[in-house]
This record gives sequence, C-alpha cells and structure tokens, in this order.
Amino acid sequence: MSAAASPSPGTTLLEVRAVSKRFGEKEVLKTLSLDIAQGEFLTLLGESGSGKTTLLRLIAGFEAPTSGEIWMSGSRLDTLPPYKRRVNTVFQHYALFPHLSVRENIAYGLRANNTPKSEIAPRVEQAIAMVRMSEYLNAKPTKLSGGQQQRIALARALVNRPQLLLLDEPLSALDANLRKEMQAELKSLQREVGITFLFVTHDQEEAMALSDRIALLKDGGLEQIASSREIYARPATAYTAQFIGQTNLLRGVARSGIADCGALHFPTGAPDGPVLFSLRPESISLAAGAPQPPDAAKFRATIRQQFFGGSTELLELSCGNNQILRARIDARGPLSGENDFVFPASAAIPVKESS
Amino acid sequence: MYSRLYKLAISLPPLAWVILFLLVPYALMFAHSFWLTQDGVILHSWNLHQYAEFFSNPLYAAVFFRTLRIAASVTLLCLLLGYPLAYFLSFHAGPRKELLYQLVIVPLWVSYLVRGYAWKTILGTDGVLNGALQYLHITHEPVSALLYSPFSVVLMLTHIYTPFVFLPIYASLEHIPRPLLEASHDLGANPRSTFFRVILPLSMPGLLAGATFAFVLTLGDFLAPLLVGGSSSTMIANVVQSLFGAAYDWPLGAAISVFILVITVGLLFFTERLEKRWTFQ
Repeated sequence: MSAAASPSPGTTLLEVRAVSKRFGEKEVLKTLSLDIAQGEFLTLLGESGSGKTTLLRLIAGFEAPTSGEIWMSGSRLDTLPPYKRRVNTVFQHYALFPHLSVRENIAYGLRANNTPKSEIAPRVEQAIAMVRMSEYLNAKPTKLSGGQQQRIALARALVNRPQLLLLDEPLSALDANLRKEMQAELKSLQREVGITFLFVTHDQEEAMALSDRIALLKDGGLEQIASSREIYARPATAYTAQFIGQTNLLRGVARSGIADCGALHFPTGAPDGPVLFSLRPESISLAAGAPQPPDAAKFRATIRQQFFGGSTELLELSCGNNQILRARIDARGPLSGENDFVFPASAAIPVKESS
Repeated sequence: MYSRLYKLAISLPPLAWVILFLLVPYALMFAHSFWLTQDGVILHSWNLHQYAEFFSNPLYAAVFFRTLRIAASVTLLCLLLGYPLAYFLSFHAGPRKELLYQLVIVPLWVSYLVRGYAWKTILGTDGVLNGALQYLHITHEPVSALLYSPFSVVLMLTHIYTPFVFLPIYASLEHIPRPLLEASHDLGANPRSTFFRVILPLSMPGLLAGATFAFVLTLGDFLAPLLVGGSSSTMIANVVQSLFGAAYDWPLGAAISVFILVITVGLLFFTERLEKRWTFQ
C-alpha cells in the first residue's frame, strides 16, 4: 500500500447523503446519512430487516438508491457501475468461483483491471501469504473448509487494494470458535493493510470487539453512531441500550432533581417530567462490603435467581411492584433473600424512548 | 429386508423389456452386419463384405459426410438460437420468465410430423413464404430452392431441436449462483468479461448436453429429408431405411447402422467426459 495514494487517516472517505431505498412499497432505507473516515473500522449493526445489507449493496453498486447520493474521495460513487468502483466486497457465503483455482480466484480482479502480467503473480502470492493460505494456491475452492474459503475471499478482495472493503456478515457461516479466531485475524489484518473496513453484522458482541465505530440501524434509519465504548456507555435511546449489551430500563418521573423509578430513587439533572434511564447490570453491586461511591443510590431487593458465569454472576432482583432488575456482580458464592444494593447515580443514563 | 423372490419379481419385467427390445435387436443387427445377401436370400456366413462395401463406395461416403455437415449446421444454429434465448430468460426476463419458458416448451407438444408439414406449406412454391415474397415484389416467380434442399432440412431440424438445446442450457444458467456474478462485477469485470469468464464456463455442461442432443438426433434423422429434403439431401438414415425396405439388403443396412451406432456411442462417451471436466461443486 503506497502511503501517498491514500489520504491521511481521519479525513472522510465515504459520504452517504440522505440516501433512501425503496423496493416497491417497502421503504428499506429512510433518508440515511453517514460518513466513514479514512482507515476506520465501521460496523453496520442491526437486526435482520434493519437495512444494513441494503446500505452495503448500495455502496458496492449492486443496487441504486431511490434518492440521495453517495460520494467517495470527493467524487460521486452511486452513479458508477460496480466494476468501476474502488470498493471490494467479501460476501456472506464467500462467492468464490468454483471453476477457478484459488490462485485464479485471487488474480481475478487484477486481470479484470488489466494489471501488468509481471505484477499479478507477486501480488497474488503476497495476498495469500497475508491470510496464511499459501500452501493452497493451486487448490480448488470447493475443496476448502468454510474458514479457509473465508480467508481466500478476503485475499481476493484485498489484493485489489480497494479504498473501501465491504464485509457482509462474513463470519456468520463459521462456528463459534473459528469466529473468534477470524475476528482477531480481521482486526489485525485491518491494522496491517490500513484499508477502511465497512463491516455488516447482527452480532453486537462482534461489533463491539472489532469496530472503531458502530452505526446502529433500526427499521431503515440510523439509531445512533458512535465509538464502541461511547455507544455502550452512553446509549442515546432505549433501543440502543437494549440492543448493545444488557441493560435495565428504568421508567419514572423526575421531580425537583430526584428521579423516582419504582423502588429506585436517585438524584438526576433531568427536568421535571417523565424520564427513562438505562442502568447496566454491572453498575449495580451489593451494598455489603462494597466501597460506596459518593453519589451512591441504595435500594433493597429480593434475589429471585442467580446465574453463575465464572468470574461474575448475574442476579435477577425483585424490587416489588413487578419491578425486575438484573445485576452483574463479582462471583461470591450462593446468595438469597433480601439484600441492599447500590449503584452510582451517574451510571443511570437518561435515554430517549425509541420510535 | 426384501426377500430374494420379491427382488427378482420386481426386477424381472424391466429386465425382460431391456433384453427383448434392446439387447436382442442389437445382437441381431450386429450379426446381420457380418452376413451376406444373395438373390434376395440372407446367407448366414460370417464375413466383412458389408463393411468393405460401405467404406469403399464413394456414394456412401458422400451421404455420410453430408449427414455430418447437416448435423454440424443444425447444432451450430441451435446453439446460436438456444443460448441467447436461455440467457435472456435466465437473466433478463424478470416476471415474464415463467410464461416465456412455457412458450419455448409448447412446440415440443406438437407432433414432429405436423411441424415438418408446416415447413412444407411455408417453403413450397405455393407456400406462405413465396407468396409473401411475390406480394412484396421481392421476387416475380416462386423460388423453388426454398424447399427440397439441404437448407430446408437444416431449417426444419433447427426449428425442432432448438428447444432441446435451450432446455439444458437454461437449466445450467439457472444453477449459477447469482452472488458469483456480483462478485465478478465487484472485482472489476464488466458484463462482457463476466460472461466469458464466469457465465460461459459455468454453463458449459448444459451447452455440451444441448449440442450433443442436436447433433445425435440429427445424425439419425430420416424424416426431415423425406418431408422437405428431396434427393439432394438424402441422409445416412435414409440409406439405412431403404436398404432395410425396398432394397432388402439387411446385412449392408445393419453394417451402416453399426457404424453409426459406434460413432454415436463414441460421441456420447466423449461429451460426457467433457461435461464432467466442466462440472464443479
């Protein structure tokens, strides 16, 4: 990768400007705008039907937007056919050419773009070395396992040195262990090549583990876009809070600086009126023995269930009036009955009701 | 587990069928090809006389090579018509796909003879085509060359066998996973290059199967020359037919049949191997 050819990290590479997409009566994307920075790992996260794959296909050029524009590196992208875009895709089921060897598969893009013959062989070899599959260069892709095909698909896309690499749920067909392994590899590969990755997944853990930023999509709209840590720590909406990680939603009213949510009462900066908070289970701890934060809010609850999870355990707490909370505490042996619990009031994040 | 008696009982009828109507006739034909006729009587003395006659008589060679030429022309024309048709239906027909597919299939329900006679009425001197040509003042008298020539045989057989060529090509095009085409475009290949580097190679088994259909079926055809061909387009099967019929020279007819059979089986063997070479998955 020549450093001169690619703009410096941080500048905007791709701009999605008020793009909408309609299939017949169904509006799959609703005037969505989004920027992707040079060199970043951005994940489109969402449930099936949220429009994440459609957005990816619009950027790849397999579909045309109904309205709006897509720009890349200062020029219009959405009017170009897919074969003229400096964007490559890793497909969900790899889409390797069955009639071509691994070598020919990887060389396909270079040949299509009339790369000089002398350059093709070394670049193919470099690409396959990058995914550590060199010994399979002459194999037929149909003879390879899912994980191996995945690596070849990556090499086939990366060898073209795209400005943007699109990955459409590339790990969803792999079993759990291989998934974790490939996640780690993807992440280090992205650092190594410095190419901007746009990754699509419905798996929030995968999204958090891999991404610099996460764009959460819901019903064809952008719910929130932020760094993994930010979107987890400060979810903007109840939907985001529930989709990314586990949370407790506290519904109640604020009155002169005090939030009143069932059994929980804590100070808040929110103006008077109805309020909604997200409180992560790990923010709650047992009052006994725990160092008390200065803004600690205390409540009493009955332990209904206890799930042991190795280093931590998940408690299901009943606070009366059908109010159930989940708390994740350090493992400390069997618990039962009524106990006092605390959480820092600042850990209760005000969130918007989702549409 | 089924009893041996039961297995025997269900396999006996098809076995009897194959023996009685396939193996025995083939054996008889094979035997006849090594026999002789003398004064209208078939002599059961073993010799290679018939094969020597077939290979040394230039008349038979001429008919045989004409048959090959016609079969090759029909195959080529069927591919030129059938492949684009199958391609269009598979990739660009959209919601009308099913209807168009049925329209291609419908002619297969019409008898071969009816379609043959139809071409006679189209191509004849009083036919539809000549009528139209004269009405439009393109010609002033009927063009007789339209009918009773190798051209009309090729035309009729191309019409009849195009659906047979279309079907396997269409099936193999339908089996190409569409993400492969997207992958090809994604990697920078334009539609033309995608056709030659992905679609054509992956539809090769269908193309070979279709071409084999057209070639082998034309090779053994004797009705088209009878209906629209005339004496200038006699094919090898017509020779066999007349040897078994009017000429009453069964041994020579059998020898030619064995020769055609060997060529056909060899061809099928060869194309099957080719198809396997082009089959992936």
